[in-house]
Amino acid sequence: MNTAVVRLIAGRIVIAILTLLFVSLAVFVGTEILPGDVAQAVLGQNATPEAVAGLRHALHLDQPAYIRYFLWLGSLLSGDPGRSLVNGLPVATLIASRLPNSLMLAFVTAVICVPIALMLGILSAVWRGSRFDRAVSFVTMSIISVPEFMIATLLVIVFAVNLRWFPALSYAAGKVSLDQFFRLFALPVLTLTCVMIAQMMRMTRAAVIDTLRSSYVEMAVLKGASPIRVVLTHALPNAIGPIANIVALNLSFLLGGAIIVEVIFNYPGLARLLVDAVSTRDMPLVQACVMIFCATYLFLVMLADISGILSNPRLRHR
Amino acid sequence: MKNDQTITVIDTSPPRRLRLPVAGMVGAGIIGFWILIAIIGPYIAPHEVGALVDDDLFGHMRWSLPLGSDYLGRDVLSRILVGARYSIGAAGAATFLAILMGGTLGMLAAVSRGAIDMALSRFFDALISIPSKMSALVVIAALGSSIPVLISTAAVIYTPGAFRIWRALAVNVNELDFVEVARARGEGTHYLIREEILPNIAGPVLTDFGLRFVFAVLLLSSLSFLGLGVQPPNADWGSLVRENIDGLAGGAPAVVMPAAAIATLTIGVSLLIDNLPGRWSSTGEH
Repeated sequence: MNTAVVRLIAGRIVIAILTLLFVSLAVFVGTEILPGDVAQAVLGQNATPEAVAGLRHALHLDQPAYIRYFLWLGSLLSGDPGRSLVNGLPVATLIASRLPNSLMLAFVTAVICVPIALMLGILSAVWRGSRFDRAVSFVTMSIISVPEFMIATLLVIVFAVNLRWFPALSYAAGKVSLDQFFRLFALPVLTLTCVMIAQMMRMTRAAVIDTLRSSYVEMAVLKGASPIRVVLTHALPNAIGPIANIVALNLSFLLGGAIIVEVIFNYPGLARLLVDAVSTRDMPLVQACVMIFCATYLFLVMLADISGILSNPRLRHR
Repeated sequence: MKNDQTITVIDTSPPRRLRLPVAGMVGAGIIGFWILIAIIGPYIAPHEVGALVDDDLFGHMRWSLPLGSDYLGRDVLSRILVGARYSIGAAGAATFLAILMGGTLGMLAAVSRGAIDMALSRFFDALISIPSKMSALVVIAALGSSIPVLISTAAVIYTPGAFRIWRALAVNVNELDFVEVARARGEGTHYLIREEILPNIAGPVLTDFGLRFVFAVLLLSSLSFLGLGVQPPNADWGSLVRENIDGLAGGAPAVVMPAAAIATLTIGVSLLIDNLPGRWSSTGEH
């Protein structure tokens, strides 16, 4: 570690924070252009003007937009983003009940995907142009080109309808046994895994091929190192930076995929809470969920960039 | 006159042949087929989209109803034929608008350099950091989901990506001598973009159009699948999958076929752009 690297990383963190502020502004503006009066909508048509005015005051709707933005930002940062407009429950409670489920889904998916995707990517890079490489490339291209709900649909037909291994819907209320838990979890995880592996594998392949084309790898081949040795000791250590970058970047793609998967399998995660909030136009809930997703996304992208900086030897040893 | 030999294009592709690999031909064929269907679909549909033609729900495939019937007993084939124009038309319009805005601004940024370039690049960099599904959900939560809102949302979402690619391509051309010559002649920004830059980046930006079109189809059909896209009584392919999702347990063609329609369209475009001669451009997500 030296000052140049520290400065680069600090700069990257500052950019991430500024971007998050920009995103919060965009989310606030996006949700505040809503036509109509929230107070009126909450209280209904029969509310007295005094009651509407009272609620408008309580919700700070009588203040100018920029003050409301800072009030909103403050409440978000203090962990109390208000109450749901639909059922009156605190947004924080709603999110707290769903967030662990989403994290669990993401964690299990990542643990399964990362090793498989990296292995497939490295193998196709080493055997590039072979029949194996072409087959894997075609399959992953197809998976990337179709919507996530299509993958989920196919998996349900194969595994739940034809083979009857897993139930088609994921969530059972109350306590579930460990065995049941795995069976409920299997299809959502499998769907996300397919999508993630396809993307991560393609990027890994490209990164490793890039390294294999470099002159020090050519040198290693020329001096007679075995293909395995060339890949493991010469190419891979230099590809670790790009690969770490790819892993972090792909974990951020998981967020988008989770929306579809949670809805199709009826999984009680944060993404389904968000989709429900959008369809009922429950703005405080939409704002809070979107901010959580965007913050996670920005954090992962920042992590990807930082691992890129750290793995660059020209920056590390200067 | 020998003067016809004007300073030509920096053509990186091998000598111009319109010969595509087989996979590319297949892709082009699929795209042509679906565009034709999007145009003539409603006229060749065997049944009215809303007509109840089958007593069975989720009827199987047979001669009178080639793709079976849906959850109300309507003809799936007709609904797919009519839905084509929502899926393809909306995504195509959104992509076109995104490229129009992003591309124009991208070339403008490249040609004018300096402060304008800085400001536009920073702005779009910030915009691109919002995941596409999140921006779509926020806008739909605020404005509802009519078709114009869906098209403009998707257009705005894919504008920053288009800006980046077009700017990068235009910056490369902008460095070349013939652009400097034109600038020294005193040509204006508009002329530089139209006559010098645009003709020389036409190839790669067509690839970019294809890629962005696939993203737009995926985004819009996913939104419809979530029930937040095209609203009944209209239905695009994503809505068809959603409304027939109950048939999934029985493996009904009503849920498989619209999904297959989306898949063939997007895989067709990917096949074509992956097999264009010279690997014109490549991009990641967004």
